[in-house]
Amino acid sequence: MKLVIKNGFVVDPVAGNVIKKDILVIDGKIAGSGTNINTSGAEVLDADGRLAVPGLIDMHVHLREPGFEAKETIYTGTRAAARGGFASVACMPNTNPVIDNAALVSAVINSSRAGGVVNVYPIGAITRGSRGTELAEMADMRDAGAVAFSDDGMPVANAGLMRRAMQYAGMLGAAIISHSEDKSLSASGCMHEGYISTMLGLKGIPACAEEVMVARDILLAEDTGCHVHIAHVSTAGSVRLLREAKARGVKVSAEAAPHHFTLTDEAVMGFDTNTKVNPPLRTEDDVAAVRQGLADGTIDVIATDHAPHTAEEKDVEYENAPFGMVGLETAVGLVWTELVAAGVLTPVQAITKMTLNPARILGITKGTLETGADADITIIDPETTGAVDPAMFASKGRNTPFAGRLIKGLPWATIVGGRIVMRSGILEDYKK
Amino acid sequence: MDLSSKDMTGLRDITAAEIALILDTAVPMKGIIQRQIKKVPTLRGRTVVTVFYEASTRTRTSFELAAKYLSADTVGITAATSSVSKGESLKDTGRNIAAMGADAVILRHPMAGAAELLARTLGASVVNAGDGAHEHPSQALLDLFTAREKKGRLDGLKVAIIGDILHSRVARSDIWGYTKMGAEVRLAGPATLIPPGIEKMGARVCSSLEEALAGADVVNVLRIQTERQQQGLFPSMREYSRMYCINRDRLKLAAPDALLMHPGPMNRGIEISPDVADGLQAVINEQVTNGVAVRMALLYLLIGGSVK
Repeated sequence: MKLVIKNGFVVDPVAGNVIKKDILVIDGKIAGSGTNINTSGAEVLDADGRLAVPGLIDMHVHLREPGFEAKETIYTGTRAAARGGFASVACMPNTNPVIDNAALVSAVINSSRAGGVVNVYPIGAITRGSRGTELAEMADMRDAGAVAFSDDGMPVANAGLMRRAMQYAGMLGAAIISHSEDKSLSASGCMHEGYISTMLGLKGIPACAEEVMVARDILLAEDTGCHVHIAHVSTAGSVRLLREAKARGVKVSAEAAPHHFTLTDEAVMGFDTNTKVNPPLRTEDDVAAVRQGLADGTIDVIATDHAPHTAEEKDVEYENAPFGMVGLETAVGLVWTELVAAGVLTPVQAITKMTLNPARILGITKGTLETGADADITIIDPETTGAVDPAMFASKGRNTPFAGRLIKGLPWATIVGGRIVMRSGILEDYKK
Repeated sequence: MDLSSKDMTGLRDITAAEIALILDTAVPMKGIIQRQIKKVPTLRGRTVVTVFYEASTRTRTSFELAAKYLSADTVGITAATSSVSKGESLKDTGRNIAAMGADAVILRHPMAGAAELLARTLGASVVNAGDGAHEHPSQALLDLFTAREKKGRLDGLKVAIIGDILHSRVARSDIWGYTKMGAEVRLAGPATLIPPGIEKMGARVCSSLEEALAGADVVNVLRIQTERQQQGLFPSMREYSRMYCINRDRLKLAAPDALLMHPGPMNRGIEISPDVADGLQAVINEQVTNGVAVRMALLYLLIGGSVK
């Protein structure tokens, strides 16, 4: 099976350049690239001057399966990924049951092979049931295919246990992904603590609830030598701590979510529960710091923290609504509009944070278009403008605060292992 | 002039002119309450439903009487005896009440934003009777009414609000209301009960009780709940009382003719000493009377016009 992607501006995060050329795909692998590729016997996809980039990777999504299939399934979540331009996702283990042993890791992988549209990489739990009391069988999970470990959403409160987890994960060469939140500080808060929370009378989550844990986990990373990846950085203080740690040579990386470089806590005015997310939307200063962190390399990765919920769950009092917003189908547009067009990141930098960097952190052989690599390719049309329309989402979740927002720079095609799964913004009726 | 919204969710959302309209309308309403026959036909054929998800004596009774004095039909629902206890959502409860023909729904709810959620859902008028720590507009309006009635003005008044600002929806609505009407609002309380950024709402956070009280025209004492001590927000009720209880000596720091207010229910001897609570400067009982008048004005302005 042969596929040629013609006339694309190929963004290469390894070489750090953008070159107009064609890409040859044979049997699911990149077979070469250049300007004179023979298209005889090949399917031709004319990129027509759009950007051809390594298949995007979202290293922080919630696919909700098993246990919460009303919110999302592997099928709907991976279709959302494909529609959003992502060829690979790493899914968090806070399902029911929690993905805390090898059998469950295998089950997620098997389900995604059977019913998934893009590559799925499970993240295993750090502790059994993510209860924060005893280590989960990380080596077994790693051997079954887990790419990293996290108790996302239920952060490991016990520093001693977290230290052991890092020692153990470090032995395995796997990263610990830290959802940095001190629950004694965030307590029952439901938005950023500040003027807006005061005005609305909603309980606040102070910035320090995140920063205390970022600081702790940086110190533990330094102590253990384990690679720690800080999830969804939301505050200026966290960015500063990370910058200092990186300057010291600590093995730490970090990600930011589109909503954290786009929206502030002012979005909560009006009590739209689609703005309720953890960590919460912060202030203008924090948004500026996250953008600066992305620009100067302090923040390595853009990841969505795609967290679908049902309409019924969100259509309640603000305090009663669950945390989380969907992100897979708006990420590329927000990155292009808010970061690339705004001059915060170059196209190569933006793509690197959505391909090569997450691949390296997870230790997966993705994020490149070198000959021999899996033919995961995303084509982005930087010139298309569209309004976010949740009704069009492939995700079951419609919980986005971006409905109606105009974004410019949209995913145009997604190719996974040489198969076109999304074309012209529309999912192929893909059946395995 | 009419109110610009079908709802009354908070004083942040309305203008000074609208506040003045409500206060002006409450003046003749107070006259009705003082009559022997306390009934006018203004809202005959209209239905007012009170939906209370939290315990309340004063506010609920006040709204019900306000509606009855205007000849509206009233029904009261409390969370414990309704389908709420069967897990029905707020929106569904509201839709059912509206479907039965309610013209106004008076909502008391423990969560901020509940009234706005219901207001978005229903075509009927929604009046916020307190939502979490967000707003309690009718309480603030009665505070403003009382201060204006006694002082003849609101512009330029110095208003001290003392105590648990963090959890107080009354404080928030008071800040919006008083500052919009040109009064100066000062806040004092333990640092753990002063929410961050509240000065951006237009109030001044004082570093001491004395600073807040100095020359104040109105002293509004907030209720302190024992639960807050259990949450670790301050060490003991004894210490709280020693530092913040408004007593005779402290009230002397305010203007000689200062008004003493309390939204109730009072913890006598804790945030307010009995001698001043029952003293000449206290207008606490009049606040309750004025509450009925202000709520009559609100209902009249919201649902008293031509059928929408």
